[in-house]
Amino acid sequence: MSIDLRAGSPPARVPFYNYPKVRSIAYQVALCAVIAFLVWGAASNAIDNLQKANIASGFGFWDNTAGFDISQSLIPYTNQSTYGRAFWVGLLNTLLVAGIGIVFATIIGFVVGIARLSKNWLVNRAASGYVETIRNIPLLLQLLFWYNAVLKALPDLRDSVKIPGGAFLNNRGLFMPEPIAQTGFGFVLIAIAAGIVGSIGYYIWAKRRQDKTGQQAPVFLVSLGLIVGVPLAVFFAAGLPLTFSYPEAGRFNIRGGIEVVPEFAALLFGLSIYTAAFIAEVVRAGIRAVSHGQTEAAYSLGLRPQPTLRLIVVPQAMRVIIPPLTSQYLNLTKNSTLAVAIGYPDLVQIFTGTVLNQTGQAVEVVAITMAVYLTISLTTSLFMNIYNSRIALVER
Amino acid sequence: MTMSEGDLAVAQLKFVRQTTLEQQPPPAALTGALGWLRENLVSTPFNVVLTILIGLFLFWLVPGIVNFLLIDAVWTGADRDACREIVQNRPIGACWPFAWERLAYFTYGSYPIPQRWRVDIFFAMLAIGVVWILSLKAPRRDLAAYYCFIVLPICSFILLSGFEAIGLPHVDTVLWGGVLVTIVVSAVGIVVSLPIGILLALGRKSDMPTVKLFSVLFIEFVRGVPLVTVLFMASVMLPLFVPEQYSPDKLLRALIGIAMFASAYMAEVVRAGLQAIPKGQFEGAMAVGLGYWQMMRLIVLPQALKITIPNIVNTYIGLFKDTTLVFIVGIFDLLHTIEVSRLDPKWATPVTSTTGYAVAGLFYLVFCYAMSRYARATEARLAKSERR
Repeated sequence: MSIDLRAGSPPARVPFYNYPKVRSIAYQVALCAVIAFLVWGAASNAIDNLQKANIASGFGFWDNTAGFDISQSLIPYTNQSTYGRAFWVGLLNTLLVAGIGIVFATIIGFVVGIARLSKNWLVNRAASGYVETIRNIPLLLQLLFWYNAVLKALPDLRDSVKIPGGAFLNNRGLFMPEPIAQTGFGFVLIAIAAGIVGSIGYYIWAKRRQDKTGQQAPVFLVSLGLIVGVPLAVFFAAGLPLTFSYPEAGRFNIRGGIEVVPEFAALLFGLSIYTAAFIAEVVRAGIRAVSHGQTEAAYSLGLRPQPTLRLIVVPQAMRVIIPPLTSQYLNLTKNSTLAVAIGYPDLVQIFTGTVLNQTGQAVEVVAITMAVYLTISLTTSLFMNIYNSRIALVER
Repeated sequence: MTMSEGDLAVAQLKFVRQTTLEQQPPPAALTGALGWLRENLVSTPFNVVLTILIGLFLFWLVPGIVNFLLIDAVWTGADRDACREIVQNRPIGACWPFAWERLAYFTYGSYPIPQRWRVDIFFAMLAIGVVWILSLKAPRRDLAAYYCFIVLPICSFILLSGFEAIGLPHVDTVLWGGVLVTIVVSAVGIVVSLPIGILLALGRKSDMPTVKLFSVLFIEFVRGVPLVTVLFMASVMLPLFVPEQYSPDKLLRALIGIAMFASAYMAEVVRAGLQAIPKGQFEGAMAVGLGYWQMMRLIVLPQALKITIPNIVNTYIGLFKDTTLVFIVGIFDLLHTIEVSRLDPKWATPVTSTTGYAVAGLFYLVFCYAMSRYARATEARLAKSERR
């Protein structure tokens, strides 16, 4: 008996539950059911527990009076302000420390990363030592060290270290003269703005001319004159319209001036130094990723080492450096939550700490805090993806 | 025909050397110690300045550290008077008797003293597991994974928490502390994060839309928020989500938080490994008739995990450092025991804090450095096997 392979033979009987499609749908339904059950269970338990503990729910607490003080605030805040106000104070403090930290970490990180590639043995070894040590010690430990062992060990108020220029340093922080603008200082600001606009214009003109004729122009010197020199002249011409409010040491505290609290300084040191070690590794890897042939080709075209670096190596290295660099910036921002360990009033310390303790509304408070960080992270990754797709190497 | 220009040039040559000259030794200034110095430290004026600046900085830093840790350090004493400058009339460095007296507390926390042998056995079992699974020459390495991922967790739990039926009294986790907690938290993170991370990574690459959606949501959510908030969530929200009588204890809540966090990061590491596997490997596996799980278990994951080992170890280093954050939700890990001890009035001196931090710093430095050396050695070994 022969089998007709062309047509008519009944298809092999596969039970319906072996169809991949059926299975896939079954798995997905099961997964959704399990997750729905877990969420439902968690929610009903939470409602039960909250009712038993007599804790309100909802975001009504946002407009209630906070009743606690905050040691550092960029916007007006008293203990009569609302929880909502406290939230903004915390968020701004977080952004402040993260912003300044990112600037410092980038500077230190780039210097150390380039130093690790230096041919100078001592520089190279010192940079490796820095990276290996700092990366292998937990950030929290470093923060506690800066705060408790260094800044809190400074002399107390009466024995304040006097820094020339009218500043004081003691275990309550750094007190600096505060510049106060007098009438006429506006002219200086206008001069600076005009200087910046002027230098950009000059740069564009100089570049066009160089493209056309090959003649170079002293862009750096002219910009320096426009941005620094002219405003300085205006400043003197307007009769020095700037006074300083000097901090004055009283018996128990210091009045006037700008105060940098030790919590802020410790957090800033810790975050910058820690993240810089990671940025250094990113920079080193990025520069090494540019193949040596690129440098050699530039030399053979007659470029000198400095222009080679600026025109050939750095633009290509940046393509490799920027994505991990952004994730380091995000890490720094997220790590600023360790402020809670040394009492710097950042978002987590104010909100997940004090507000949570006072209101007991764990779900709402933690959800708001997480939403803030999630927003920062997701927005940054979104911009990163756009940037990445723009600079990605276009292959043939 | 006229002579070409080249021929003319040859004809004009008066002298061509016939023999090779003897090789000269290189100039003395370019070899040996002097040459090395010139090449590496003072090759350009800028380099001279750098060398001097860094040299001065190191000359200030290194003797300072050595003085503090060794030369000026106090080695014996009974209380704070031994470590006070006013009493001793000399500059004082680290106060080692303080660290020595508190060493047991740093190691076990408040674990009951008669029961501490259990912790010692746990440390020993863990050490055996680590050596077994990491050293390439160890016998029966195929069993090591079962030992580390199944036998060890169960035995450790029975040993540390207690099991009345076999005569081990129960020890509440509130009493656990110090290095014990640091190790337990990181070990749980390490053991749990790998399998869950693999599942999440597979889920993220899955064809099933809901599986993919939930995996992506979990991974992106956890990676987008700081660990501190995850720990806060675990410690204040988790008790709300379960019936009151099943409320997990404090350590368990922190462990859940750490495990979630580590799994999300591990998932991304594994995903990177999966992406590096050529499509032909998947297609080949399907062509020989393997099902999804067989394909993953026998073909894809062994290759993907192998190339990700260095990254996995780097994630573990990060996790090990991050365990210090349980301090913030009130767990007595090593850092917390040091924070408590340094405020003890019996040892209150200006150097106590720094001594305590030095102990913790050295502990983390040694462990993390060892792990990163391992990662680098593995990377080098794998690179060798890839070379043709």
